[in-house]
Amino acid sequence: MTMLEIRGLRHAYDGRTVLSVPSWDVAAGEASLVLGPSGSGKSTLLNVIAGLATPTEGSVRVGGEEVTRLAPAARDAFRARRVGLVLQTLHLVGVVSVRDNLRLAQRLAGCRVDDGRIDEVLAGLGIAALAGARASRLSVGEAQRVAIARAVVNRPSLLLADEPTSALDDANCARALSLLLDQAAACGATLLVATHDNRIRDRFARRLEL
Amino acid sequence: MSLFRLALAYLASRPLLSALNAAMLALGVATIAFLLLAADQAEERLTRDAKSVDLVVGAKGSPLQLILSTVFHADVPTGNIGLEEARAVQANPMVASATPLALGDSFHGSRIVGTDESFLALHGATVAQGRLFSAEMEAVVGAEVARREGLVVGAKLTGAHGLAEAGPAHGEHPYTVVGILAPTGTVADRLVLTSVESVWHVHEAHAPARPEITALLIRYRTPLAAAMLPRAINATTAMQAASPAYEAARLLDLAGVGVETLRWFAIVLMASAALSLFAALSSALQERRYDLALLRTLGARPASLAALTLAEGVTLLVAGVILGLALGHGAAHALGIWLSHAGSWPLTGLAWAPGEGLLVASVLGAGAFTCLVPALQAYSSDPAALLAKR
Repeated sequence: MTMLEIRGLRHAYDGRTVLSVPSWDVAAGEASLVLGPSGSGKSTLLNVIAGLATPTEGSVRVGGEEVTRLAPAARDAFRARRVGLVLQTLHLVGVVSVRDNLRLAQRLAGCRVDDGRIDEVLAGLGIAALAGARASRLSVGEAQRVAIARAVVNRPSLLLADEPTSALDDANCARALSLLLDQAAACGATLLVATHDNRIRDRFARRLEL
Repeated sequence: MSLFRLALAYLASRPLLSALNAAMLALGVATIAFLLLAADQAEERLTRDAKSVDLVVGAKGSPLQLILSTVFHADVPTGNIGLEEARAVQANPMVASATPLALGDSFHGSRIVGTDESFLALHGATVAQGRLFSAEMEAVVGAEVARREGLVVGAKLTGAHGLAEAGPAHGEHPYTVVGILAPTGTVADRLVLTSVESVWHVHEAHAPARPEITALLIRYRTPLAAAMLPRAINATTAMQAASPAYEAARLLDLAGVGVETLRWFAIVLMASAALSLFAALSSALQERRYDLALLRTLGARPASLAALTLAEGVTLLVAGVILGLALGHGAAHALGIWLSHAGSWPLTGLAWAPGEGLLVASVLGAGAFTCLVPALQAYSSDPAALLAKR
């Protein structure tokens, strides 16, 4: 089954094309890499797939749903329900605890707050002890795990990661990627990693080069 | 983790700024609440004390001073009038009742009033314990005086000259308390009542050749008297006639200027608080624009982000209003307790002034409007653009 279908996608800023993907399909459960240098449109592609940006032209279907034609409210609901996002900046809500960051993700997705699921995800990422810690006091490595936990806590069908390894050393890069692949597999999600980091290209059989 | 709890967490993350914003607002609300309480209770008290007396006849001088001293018992009298002249007024067919007052002394700040039993009828007072005075040097005390001084039937009290406690004492002429009045909610609660003869007796060493009293409290027999009697007294006698209703209204007008000035000061204070709230929210919004972008990636709708910002501002507003009302009422109550010990006008913080509902609605309405601008900024933020900039 195809999870992601892109046809004739083009996105322009001020008349300048910053992203162009003629055609690309990703099967459900597959892990794929979007590779390209800075400014090649990787983040824009993820934003379009997640419904955070509307492309200038083209079609993006996720699980059969045409994302580009959804009304703004429906796009927000689609993103909350179907997509997990790991941002390059790992941004967490710093004024609350790790557990509350995950509860917030559940709440905004319209799900019931499920502390059992949160404990399960945190344990799976080896950070169960951090559940009560304030998010602003975490190390970069801990914040990365929490960001992954937040992205998978609602069992998304599509997990998008923007430059998850580019700021990490080799050991941490390998560890972070394994965590992403494991977590995507654990919740049956299709994983899309956008990066300019050539160290991880061989870990993915399917690649889109921009 | 609801958005409201997140709004509280944001507020808690800036405790000093949040507390200062709420405190500034609270000071404005407290000032206006206090003024509303004091003005409302003073007006209600003045009106209640003045409504039972149509006209006061006393010595010439300031009419306001005459009313303050004989109706509200808050000033020294303008002087005395002859008993014969007073009786002539009393005999006028337009007069339904005339209550004599002989003033001069006080007991621990509460005025000792020489009068007769018609004074009780004027204020709807009844004797709760004991009986009314019938012989010289017997006294009936108001409920507030009895409570404050711990007086019971049979107790002795000694007057001091004037209204202040420091006046020369009449230690050789003690009064015996023979009765205690039931509370009336009027000036009678704060008085010591005795016969006119008792007051004369205490002052017999300085008594004038002809007997005198301080004033007559008149009730008209007909409405026509209001037009004729004061003019007749003022024009044809050595006495003056003053209307309590008119003088009370004049007093409220005079006090109103000061109250209005303070009210404007409080409004300026609240406007500053609203601006400060606006600045704080705008600055907070700038600081956490990535948080808002993140919440959008998690599925939050633009309206939810606006609600989050609004919730933060409204929480501060509600806290400021509640704190302000508590402060205003607390200050009124504390002042009331102090005034009660001083034997002065009662004031309570355990009541609502009619204008307070409008005050709360105005502050919340204006404050929420102030929060709308940052809320709209949050609503219109573009998460993709923000995340791309980082």
